[in-house]
Amino acid sequence: MNLFYQNPVKNLKTYVPLMALAGLFLASCSNDDDNPDPVNEEEVITTMTITLVPQGGGDTVTLQSRDLDGDGPEAPVVTVSGPFTAGTTYDGTIVLLNETETPAENITEEVEEEADEHQFFFSVASSLSASISYSNFDGNNNPLGTEFELDAQGASTGSLIVTLRHEPKKPNDGTLSDAGGETDIAQSFDLVIIP
Amino acid sequence: MKYILASVLLALLQMTVSAQQCNATLAGTIRDFHDQTPLAGATVLIVGQDKSGFSDFDGTYRIEGLCEGTYEVELSHPQCRTTLYRLEISGDMRRDFELEHHLEELEEVQVVGELLPDNTNTAQEQRLSTVTLEGYSSGSLGDALKEISGVSSLNTGSNIVKPSINGLTGSRVLILNDGVRMQDMEWGDEHAPNIDINAADQVSVIKGAAALKYAGDAIGGVVVIDRERVAVRDSLFGKTLLDGMTNGRGGSVSTELTKTFESGWYLNGQASFKRLGDREAPDYVLSNTGMQQLGLSLHAGKRLLNQGWDLDYSFYQADIAILRASHIGNVDDLIESINSGEPSVIEPFTYDIGVPRQEVTHHLGKLNYYLRVKGLGKLTAQYDFQYNQRFEYDVRVGADRNKPALDLELTTHTLKTDFTWDASGDLEVTAGLMGRFQDNFADPDTGVRRLIPDYQRYEFGTFAIGEYRLNTSWMFEAGLRYDFSRIDAKKFYRTTRWEERGYDTDFPEFVVEDLGTQLLTNPVFDYNNLSATAGARWQLDFQSDLRANYALGQRAPNPAELFSDGLHHSAARIELGDLRIGNETSHRFSLAYNRTAERWGLTVEPYLNFIGDFILLEPTGVEFTIRGAFPVWSYRQTDARLLGIDASGYYQWAANWETRHKFSITKGNDLGQDQALINMPAPITRNEVIFRKPEWKQLLIGLESTYVFRQNEFPPNIFVFSPSEQQEVELEINTPPEAYHLLGLRAEMEFELPGTLVLHTGLTVTNLLNTPFRDYLNRNRYFADDLGRNIILQLKFNY
Repeated sequence: MNLFYQNPVKNLKTYVPLMALAGLFLASCSNDDDNPDPVNEEEVITTMTITLVPQGGGDTVTLQSRDLDGDGPEAPVVTVSGPFTAGTTYDGTIVLLNETETPAENITEEVEEEADEHQFFFSVASSLSASISYSNFDGNNNPLGTEFELDAQGASTGSLIVTLRHEPKKPNDGTLSDAGGETDIAQSFDLVIIP
Repeated sequence: MKYILASVLLALLQMTVSAQQCNATLAGTIRDFHDQTPLAGATVLIVGQDKSGFSDFDGTYRIEGLCEGTYEVELSHPQCRTTLYRLEISGDMRRDFELEHHLEELEEVQVVGELLPDNTNTAQEQRLSTVTLEGYSSGSLGDALKEISGVSSLNTGSNIVKPSINGLTGSRVLILNDGVRMQDMEWGDEHAPNIDINAADQVSVIKGAAALKYAGDAIGGVVVIDRERVAVRDSLFGKTLLDGMTNGRGGSVSTELTKTFESGWYLNGQASFKRLGDREAPDYVLSNTGMQQLGLSLHAGKRLLNQGWDLDYSFYQADIAILRASHIGNVDDLIESINSGEPSVIEPFTYDIGVPRQEVTHHLGKLNYYLRVKGLGKLTAQYDFQYNQRFEYDVRVGADRNKPALDLELTTHTLKTDFTWDASGDLEVTAGLMGRFQDNFADPDTGVRRLIPDYQRYEFGTFAIGEYRLNTSWMFEAGLRYDFSRIDAKKFYRTTRWEERGYDTDFPEFVVEDLGTQLLTNPVFDYNNLSATAGARWQLDFQSDLRANYALGQRAPNPAELFSDGLHHSAARIELGDLRIGNETSHRFSLAYNRTAERWGLTVEPYLNFIGDFILLEPTGVEFTIRGAFPVWSYRQTDARLLGIDASGYYQWAANWETRHKFSITKGNDLGQDQALINMPAPITRNEVIFRKPEWKQLLIGLESTYVFRQNEFPPNIFVFSPSEQQEVELEINTPPEAYHLLGLRAEMEFELPGTLVLHTGLTVTNLLNTPFRDYLNRNRYFADDLGRNIILQLKFNY
């Protein structure tokens, strides 16, 4: 009669490993109250300040983009301190800060140290009568752009887009698509040139 | 002791009964377990009465003059293993049996309706055979599943293929790998199942949440991956598959060996390796689309009719390159990619796997035990352990170059047990319990804010399902399941995000620590899910049946839906979950008509799926950062309706000629906003002409046409401010690509080599005409064309 079915009591030993596993399972359920470590985002750029000093005196123009919450919901706060004057050449200097740290970390130094791995690109809208030329270069004499000259030619309005690329192709033809690399900054400023 | 006593009593009872009446009759039909064809020449022996009968050419048998009582019935057939079944004989009774004709199954003899091969009796279920799966040896599970009408896939390129059942994917599609629910971070759009298709012998797809035994939250459906059952006899067999393909200039090798013993012991080992270089579209190389995959599995156990156990281990490791051009900087790059029509990076072919790329590893260990208790049913218990590790490497520069941007470790323990009462021939009831613990660890060393936080998840489930066979034509089934899940997360939120989402007013109690610019929070949520199913099957005649099923499914939100927060670098989009997201509830009504016969067959499966509080992810706008603007994809809940029909059929025109046809359409509506749902598969039809000439070395030639319609129903695009154009532009992020038509060709032959070796050869050409196309459900459609022509040569050795 019991040809095909064995007495289950005999199989108790088979249960033992299962029970042991169950114990393991339950033991692993214990919650540990350790809090995770916050992620330290490295090389975050929160603030770009471009100071433009007119050659031969006049009002300094400051352009700033400040985004303290990074990828958070708040858009960068973009400010342009005032208008440019036609027929004037400005010396531009770019300062990059990481303001999530106190005191704020100056990223410009790092960019300049690794000049061959970085480049600023300046795109002037066709409506804006201005041109830009690089004032500083990397060790291979390719443009870097933390220092530049802006030549405000005639009264006009339009945008200036400042882009920082990390590890672009160098040398490149001056366009973003040829340069490639990773965008660290891409910010547009609305400029006004008065007569 | 109790059982011995019961056995003695039962034996005594039988003796008494047999002394009384001996004019009962037993008759019925014996059919093949697989294809339901009648089996001739099977012997039905009533043990202890010396009465027996044979099944004739149409499978019917009849034994008269039987004594009433409970007896062992022995079924035997020259090509099947002899097995016994216990039966209570009284009066004139009919009993149909199924015999396993190919010595594959262990439990060959089945009273029809007691242990059917299907996972459900009344829901829509389709399966893929070993032969079909072998054809996809160098492909993926997702590719193979598309053979089933109604199954599509959400792709990221051609190597990451997520199955989508009737338009639903991700956490709504449960993948059950040899009895284990895969826990492989299925919540990500670009996370493919960590399954090596070569380890599967058979795959079934159950549409909808009708398989309550496995889960109640599989609102899309369940993909059940099974291994071959081993025969209880001494044997050693195996197979090796070699695949080579032109597109990707690589291939795969897979080998499997099985040793079985008369004593019930078995050992099985399987390994596969796949390597592909850059894939190619018709007009250019898809730079950085190669992959490497390794799969290993080991199985051992002892399987007898009354009890058995299995110990399984499987390992999966894949290194998958993601199209370089799909890595974009900001919304301007995306606009440029969509408008240019060509990938921004095209480099010469290489086998190198660069960035972006994924490295995923999955370990799965399982111990399973079953015990058949005489006169009562079958008890099974299972423990499984899964460890899933995912690295995602992005295009990073400087010191972070070789650091992953995402590093997640997911560990899962599951314990489950169920009991099936099958002692009564007509009614079968299964009830079970499940407990699960899961831990996710997001490594902070990436230097990138966590997209998915550290969390622990506790789950508990219990179910009862029953099926009742009224007579040979009607069968009913019903089931009920309850699941509890608790998620306990530790997550850092940017203070600005916490406030922007309004969590500071809704969930102030979750804040554990204020770190100035960010908050450490401890969200804990409990979810209670109830699921149920009811259905009926009407056997119209020997070849056809009609099924009707209702399934209620509830799904708790997954970690991505709750916690996603931040820039998904590889996708260049900001993904935002919502802590307020609750359960979604599906009511799915389905019908299935199925006819399988020699000359023609037809399956028609209409369905209606109402999903209350459906969770979806869609583009909602852009957010600006100092690096430019990024599209924002947000999760939200709405009521949705999915309506569709899947159909397939075949017709044997002449002895050597057959055609096969498939059609599938899904219409998805967002009832809350009265618009189309995102990512619904476009209507598709596949038609194949097959020529067979078995005399010529089993020759088979098939020419298949696949036509994918344009998806004309899609949610509206979003408008974004383009800094480079200085104006609002329409971001055609939802616009589907055009319809396309592809031709495919396959040819197969078989050669007998010296010894017992059989060589099966197959040549497959996909996209025969090298047609450029883009598919709506490929996330890389913004950046590049899909695959061009691919010629695959397969050699299979059976030994």
